[in-house]
Amino acid sequence: MKRPFKTRIKTLKIDGIDVGAREDETILELAQENDIFIPTLCHLEGVHDVGSCRLCLVEVRGTNKLLPACMTYAEEGMEVITNSERLQAYRRQVLDLLFSERNHVCSVCVSNGHCELQWLAGKLGISHVGVPYLYPQLEVDASHRYYSYDPNRCILCTRCVRVCDEIEGAHTWDVMGRGVECLVISDLNQPWGTAESCTRCGKCVQVCPTGALFNKGRAVAEMTKRRDFLPYLQTMREGRK
Amino acid sequence: MSKTITIDPVTRIEGHSKITIHLDDTGRVASARFHVTQFRGFEKLVEGRPFHEMPSLTARVCGICPVSHLIASAKACDALLAVRIPETAAKLRQILNLAQILQSHALSFFHLSSPDLVLGMDADPLQRNLFGVAAQSPDLARDGIWLRQYGQEIIAHLAGKRIHPAWVVPGGVSAPLTADKRDVIMAKVPEAIDRVRRTLDWYKEVFGHFDAEIRTFANFPSLFLGLVSDNGELEMYDGRLRFVDATGRIVADKIEPENFGDYIEEAVEPDSYLKSPYYKSMGYPDGIYRVGPLARLNLIDRVGTPLAEEEWAEFRMLERGASLSSFQYHYARLIEMLYCVEKIERLLDWPDILSEHVRARAEPNSMEGIGVSEAPRGTLMHHYRIDRNGLMKWANLIIATGHNSLAMNKGVYQVARYFVHGEKIDEGMLNRVEAVIRTFDPCLSCSTHAFGQMPMSIQLLSPDGQVLDQLQRGV
Repeated sequence: MKRPFKTRIKTLKIDGIDVGAREDETILELAQENDIFIPTLCHLEGVHDVGSCRLCLVEVRGTNKLLPACMTYAEEGMEVITNSERLQAYRRQVLDLLFSERNHVCSVCVSNGHCELQWLAGKLGISHVGVPYLYPQLEVDASHRYYSYDPNRCILCTRCVRVCDEIEGAHTWDVMGRGVECLVISDLNQPWGTAESCTRCGKCVQVCPTGALFNKGRAVAEMTKRRDFLPYLQTMREGRK
Repeated sequence: MSKTITIDPVTRIEGHSKITIHLDDTGRVASARFHVTQFRGFEKLVEGRPFHEMPSLTARVCGICPVSHLIASAKACDALLAVRIPETAAKLRQILNLAQILQSHALSFFHLSSPDLVLGMDADPLQRNLFGVAAQSPDLARDGIWLRQYGQEIIAHLAGKRIHPAWVVPGGVSAPLTADKRDVIMAKVPEAIDRVRRTLDWYKEVFGHFDAEIRTFANFPSLFLGLVSDNGELEMYDGRLRFVDATGRIVADKIEPENFGDYIEEAVEPDSYLKSPYYKSMGYPDGIYRVGPLARLNLIDRVGTPLAEEEWAEFRMLERGASLSSFQYHYARLIEMLYCVEKIERLLDWPDILSEHVRARAEPNSMEGIGVSEAPRGTLMHHYRIDRNGLMKWANLIIATGHNSLAMNKGVYQVARYFVHGEKIDEGMLNRVEAVIRTFDPCLSCSTHAFGQMPMSIQLLSPDGQVLDQLQRGV
């Protein structure tokens, strides 16, 4: 992300605490700096934010709109509330809708126990899903030599799309369709194994928050992911410029 | 005027079922059927899934014997990988399977069937349960609970949790055994042996009181099927299939598990979700056979562990050929529990059991795989086909309870004919018809891959379908 050359300091309040922020800093970054927890799913350190998952919505005094913390920059005199009953209800609803949209069955998932969606559901106190499941019939794409893509577990966070485009530079992944019909696709909506742009680097697999992208041959609960390489990669690249 | 009695739902079994008994004009039993009333469709819903998920997916068929499905499924997946798994992994899987058989047998014998044996078939149904047993014979109840717990603890030590562990994977197991866990399991072996032997002694004292039941509880000639090791010993994990007949004579032997389809076919019954496999060359329904503890002890040449061997020798003295009364499933179950504990001890003593090499890795090398193992209730078969990307195209599961389907039907008829007379149903009769089903320890959720509760009811119907009398058990 390109930052303005000169940075100015803004002073504001988060959850009643006085904090100082650079003007190019988002509420989310600021909160994380101050050990304030804001749930996220699409946010990924090292790539652009898109504000699509709506889990990081926060309240800002003076506006009735809820604002995504990952896309909202610190402003002078701002008063931010990161956790209220209203926010909790909305966040749970977002997770409800995510769970109901695809076929998320934790018990038989490769990422069981290592899944950000599952972890967040526990953290936010989801004991059951309040809306009817859609049970879409989506086929697993196991055509790739090393990895598999199970759209049944995809939450359309587009981390894979962004990491492939911004870090690897291959842009194998993209999103097709609209609304609940949205689908992450490889190249021209073809089997992943036939996507010529794919370099087989596997970054998409590592950044996927759920079990939608996983290494082939992993059994249930065996897919752990490592994400630490991303900020490191970015630092190294910036250092070289 | 002829009538039908329906027992719906059947109690103290695993799964949901009903029994119908048809009476003729004179009030005598004309026919009786055992119906399994649930459907789940696991074979269909696994289609399209990566085969590496199959052990955990099919384990969800059942909460009582998830381990059995894990084992058979992982063996089918090993066949898809076309690898020979490390010996340590095979032995660890064996221990897990034996622990599963131990805990499930304890559940069947103590929790589900001992009320009939301790309190009597005609006892007050309000007392005829594990609490009644605990009041009358607290030591027996304690032994049962302890043994089941021990089996479950072994599973938890090896696989991380008691129910639905994900530890068994295609190619082996996901983590080695540690010395401290081995020692914890080992430390309880002597107590486990004592408790099983005490129960065996008790059973041998009391089963003589159940003469009428022994004579009529699915007591008829049939074939028996099970796995046998290459040297003729009792085998729960590997080995090859053997059929023996009612005289104990070997009908077919050394059948490679992957060739089971040459010997077994499945018939579909119009009134049950449970399919009825039969021995192919004898046709349907003459090719009736039984699986499970009774079958296994009927078809082996020897047990292979010393204490169980002695008990088995005594068991074989009961009848000249094979033991034909399904009542003796109880006896066989106890002997197998003893075998399980002895065998677990032996396997844990194996020098390389703590080896860290417990998994073989490969891409799918075969498009079709079959895994066969012995589950508590009998021979369990998983048969998979995959595409070249490793996604499931087709699955067929043949479950132990399914193998016993024809025999359970015949057994229900036999018991009903002996104990049921006239228009009025009495409780003891109802219980005996259920008890014959209990001897098989059917797991209906497994066998139909079904879900639901387990109780049972009986109806008495006239030929025109009118309900004359009805008895229902707490749902």
